[in-house]
Amino acid sequence: MTATVDTVEAASTARAAPAVPSGWRRRVVPVLLALIFPACVLAAWQFASGTGRLRIVATPHEVALMMWDFAFGGIYDDAYSGTLYIHLYESMRRVYGGFALAALVAIPLGLLIGRVKVVRQMLDPTFQILRPIPVTAWLPLSMIFFGLGPSSAISLVFLGAFYPILLNTVFGVRHVDPKLFEAAAMLGCSGSAMFRRVVLPAALPSIFNGLRLGLGFAWVVIVVGEMTGVPTGLGAAIMDGRTLSRTDLIISGMIVIGIAGFVSDKLVLALNNRLLRWNVQHG
Amino acid sequence: MAEFGQLHVSNVSKEFTIGTQRVLALSHADLTVPRGEFVCLVGASGCGKTTLLRIIAGFEVATAGEVRVGKHLVTGPGPERGMVFQDYALFPWLTVRENVAFGPRERGVPKAEARERVDEFIHMVGLDAFADRHPHQLSGGMKQRVAIARVLANDSQLLLMDEPFGALDALTRERLQEELLEIWQRTKLTVLFVTHSMEEAVLLSDRVVVMTAGPGKIESDYRVALPRPRDVSSPEFNDIRRALSAKLTSHVAKRAAA
Repeated sequence: MTATVDTVEAASTARAAPAVPSGWRRRVVPVLLALIFPACVLAAWQFASGTGRLRIVATPHEVALMMWDFAFGGIYDDAYSGTLYIHLYESMRRVYGGFALAALVAIPLGLLIGRVKVVRQMLDPTFQILRPIPVTAWLPLSMIFFGLGPSSAISLVFLGAFYPILLNTVFGVRHVDPKLFEAAAMLGCSGSAMFRRVVLPAALPSIFNGLRLGLGFAWVVIVVGEMTGVPTGLGAAIMDGRTLSRTDLIISGMIVIGIAGFVSDKLVLALNNRLLRWNVQHG
Repeated sequence: MAEFGQLHVSNVSKEFTIGTQRVLALSHADLTVPRGEFVCLVGASGCGKTTLLRIIAGFEVATAGEVRVGKHLVTGPGPERGMVFQDYALFPWLTVRENVAFGPRERGVPKAEARERVDEFIHMVGLDAFADRHPHQLSGGMKQRVAIARVLANDSQLLLMDEPFGALDALTRERLQEELLEIWQRTKLTVLFVTHSMEEAVLLSDRVVVMTAGPGKIESDYRVALPRPRDVSSPEFNDIRRALSAKLTSHVAKRAAA
């Protein structure tokens, strides 16, 4: 057990560093590459606007103006000027509220279904049948049940986020390497300690995958949930845009949802990479 | 350290049910390993050597017969019998240090004492500089060293090794064989080592137990009287290796002809 051997082995595990360009280039080049495609789309859109059916769609310039007015006001000064924060705040509240509720129910339930055979036999078939029902198919029922208002939107978000979290939690618990149980048992671990020290940490990456997917679905579903019966929220704003034939408002709302969903995902990813440093994921 | 008697395997059989068929994986195995001895179980695949090891570890329950460690009857896995798996089975979410500390922590060893023991064994396997790494940042050889340290830190008296170096490249394997012998001589552990390499068995062990398949059973038990350190290229070493290999292949040939 001499030091030389360890260093030899260490050297063989260290990856050979490729020639890396200077810092700013490494940062700027990917950003530039990522901008090429949207820039082309914008250019084509601007170029084509005013022709054919595109006449009824706002130009990128008009959307940019609307975005500014939506966020800060001072251009059109209508009912939507400077109201972005209200709509965004309402949507976020519903998304994170419904999502948190879903996580709170789905994670413990998933752990139980994954770990306890009787619970799995009792619940799994039902969930398998309920799962293929699209969340949007629940909308009419939830509108009748909860009435018009934010509750039905939150219940949709809950349903949308629930299944990905549940299924991934179950998967994580069920796919722990059996060798790890044996290793833990031989080291004196048993019973509830086995759950805390092996099952839970081993399932965490999968649970995080579920949370990531669930939050993505939550942002998809919120728009549908807000399209009827609520006065505020990004979905409501988009729907108003349709009623008023304001495509600049519709597109602005869509862009905000895209950005909000993107930022949400990055937050979960950052949390994942912070908590699970042994299992770093890349977005 | 916990008192450890000798390992007694008496009349152990194991039957598996595969579909509707019952397969006798191990038939009437008897084996006694005195304290401090290094024993290799060798045989072709299907001879039940891993099954026997897993029964001794307590991962499998014997269909008949019993395993005793000293006076204590084996009924399940226990810290006095530590297993080193071929594919390491380290906890990927724990660092090297935390992996090695898993056993002591689980058994409620006081923190300061545990820390000292853990550092001692990490040092013994030469991984001081890697103590805060996670398994995915280690090479195969390093992972297996962690697995060995993990068992040592847990006061295990019987080291069960299931083809531990089978997945390693030749150079790393040689190095780890040497290190294992050093550790064995230093700690006076009892080692039961499963391998399919006759050379590895003759190099490492005091005794080579040859097992044969169909049904799996212990065929012969051979004491390797060569002085240590052993030289794999010496004529004496090769005589023994050849004799034992012949024993194994003659049996395989007999079965193939039948």
